[in-house]
Amino acid sequence: MSPAGASAPPAPAALRAIHITKRFGGLDAVKDVSIDVPQYGIVSLIGPNGAGKTTLFNMLTGLSRPTQGSILFGERDITRARADVITGYGVARTFQNIRLFGAMTAVENVMIGHHARMRAGLFGSIVKPPRVRREERETRGRAGELLAYVGLREAVFGRLASQLSYGDQRRVEIARALASEPAVLLLDEPTAGMNPHETQALTEFIRKLRDELRLTILLIEHDMKVVMGVSERVTVLDYGEKIAEGDPDEVRADPRVIEAYLGRQE
Amino acid sequence: MNELRLQLREWRDAVRKRLPPWWNRGLAGAFILIGIVLPFFFPPNSGFMNATIIAVAYAVMALGLNVVVGFAGLLDLGYVAFYALGAYSLGWFGSGFLFKAHIHVLVSPVAGTLPGVHLNFILILIGAALICAAAGVVIGLPTLRLRGDYIAIVTLAFGEIIATLAVNGQSIHIGGGMTLTAGNLGISAVDTPYFPGIGSFNLLNLRPWYWLIFAILLVVLFVNLRLRDSRLGRAWIALREDEVAAVSMGIPLVKTKLVAYAIGAAFGGMSGAFFGTYYTEVNAAQFQFGFSIFILAMVIIGGIGSIWGAVVGGLALGYINNYLIPDVLNDLPSKFGLNFQLTQVEFGIFGFLLVIVMVLRPQGLIPERRRRLELTAEIAAEDAQLAEAPGTAGGAT
Repeated sequence: MSPAGASAPPAPAALRAIHITKRFGGLDAVKDVSIDVPQYGIVSLIGPNGAGKTTLFNMLTGLSRPTQGSILFGERDITRARADVITGYGVARTFQNIRLFGAMTAVENVMIGHHARMRAGLFGSIVKPPRVRREERETRGRAGELLAYVGLREAVFGRLASQLSYGDQRRVEIARALASEPAVLLLDEPTAGMNPHETQALTEFIRKLRDELRLTILLIEHDMKVVMGVSERVTVLDYGEKIAEGDPDEVRADPRVIEAYLGRQE
Repeated sequence: MNELRLQLREWRDAVRKRLPPWWNRGLAGAFILIGIVLPFFFPPNSGFMNATIIAVAYAVMALGLNVVVGFAGLLDLGYVAFYALGAYSLGWFGSGFLFKAHIHVLVSPVAGTLPGVHLNFILILIGAALICAAAGVVIGLPTLRLRGDYIAIVTLAFGEIIATLAVNGQSIHIGGGMTLTAGNLGISAVDTPYFPGIGSFNLLNLRPWYWLIFAILLVVLFVNLRLRDSRLGRAWIALREDEVAAVSMGIPLVKTKLVAYAIGAAFGGMSGAFFGTYYTEVNAAQFQFGFSIFILAMVIIGGIGSIWGAVVGGLALGYINNYLIPDVLNDLPSKFGLNFQLTQVEFGIFGFLLVIVMVLRPQGLIPERRRRLELTAEIAAEDAQLAEAPGTAGGAT
């Protein structure tokens, strides 16, 4: 493993979206939203279905480009950067509806996550000089370590991702994101479909990720217990607009948030 | 039926476990050895040798197409374009066709006195690979924003463009009275491979030709095996499985796809250059759309994505096309009093074979490990469902 992989990245890792808008035809999926993710912070993004949370995530990770506004990763402007380049800079993500590579084993999935940190090119892949062999071996070893870290039993490391249980698939997806050695980790509804016990475990795990791996974490979450328990700041979106922002208690008391979730009191 | 399958699988696993660790290497060594000594068992200019040479060259093409279709999952229906470009590379750089030029590099003394461009066959082989790789990138670019069937349509059109260009190239003047291609007249009198110390190849003794194409097969096979188990091979599978997730994990979409196109094209071009010299002419009539499908059928029958499948598929269809049908079984219908020859219905036979394989063994003759795993996983899931259904498993759980 490269020394850079073990230690925290030197650059300031905070992610900032500055007045970004995403327009699909006549619809503003995200409208003039600014969000600040402080370094080593845990920030939650909440809001009713269709509020534009995943659209925002897609813009932050380069899967779609904002119509207006800009996105900064540390000092770097990543507004127009490609998704794979952004991953290379140090932003990794998981998906709401798990997107593992079904025909690959758990270990291979995690190895894909390390792709951006590997150097073997076409020539190296064919000739396989010692440095490529070493890189391949280390990546495989590191993938195993990460799978163990997220709590996967060793017996299922070699199993196809599509054959894993739902909870294990979520774990593999987090391990795959971690394999890219990110500074910022974006989790899209990580507890979706989990029972209360698993949810509790994951909440603690998110905190552990931040503390042990020195990550900055932004998550989309529906489970209020998780949001209130883990996050230091909460941003609320509704119909593509930011309607509230602050620490969990402030947000919980905000009348506009209550209205968005429960409807207006007549 | 299911029990039988389980039993067979159990035996197979038991056999595998007892194989020594050097088994794979031994098998590869035996394969190479048999490949090398094979020509000594047949007359040097027999029909069987001829069929073998063509079949091995087909296998090289199938391996190339397998990189694009099998590894990267991009359906390519215009692969004949690279056959054509490879063959024309030979036509241009290994004959008197470009008669105004006088360039000779490491060729036989006879060819050294002739007008035209005459390069050593190995140089032409490398040149064909490079030209086709570049063409592969050109064809790849417009398909990058497309998926599935749409890619197939664009590649199909590209294949047709090259084929039409080959036919009409005799009207494209490139100066000095020379034309781009010779169309349906064909570029003839191409050089045969020449190696200092060995001399020129000739068609009375097919053995050197065989060893040459077998060596090309080994190189292409080696590259395929290495790429499959590399960072690049993994990236292709990831893109094939889920483009969005792959890109989000740091895989550059454009570069990774274009490399697949370029490599697949380069192999097709190498095989095409060999065919050019082996058939002793480069004729536009050879580059038909049907040939793209023919190569694709090899990949599918062998097992999409499977390296050994592509080899077996290429050899099988090569032998059937060039030996079994024309030499062995051709007058079979007349023995039954039917008034036609088997070669007249060969496309029907291929279609029939393809259907048979798709019905009996949809995963191909030698399925790729990954697809086999997926398939067994599905069977296991079905078994589990059956076991859980009330009244079938006796309620064990």
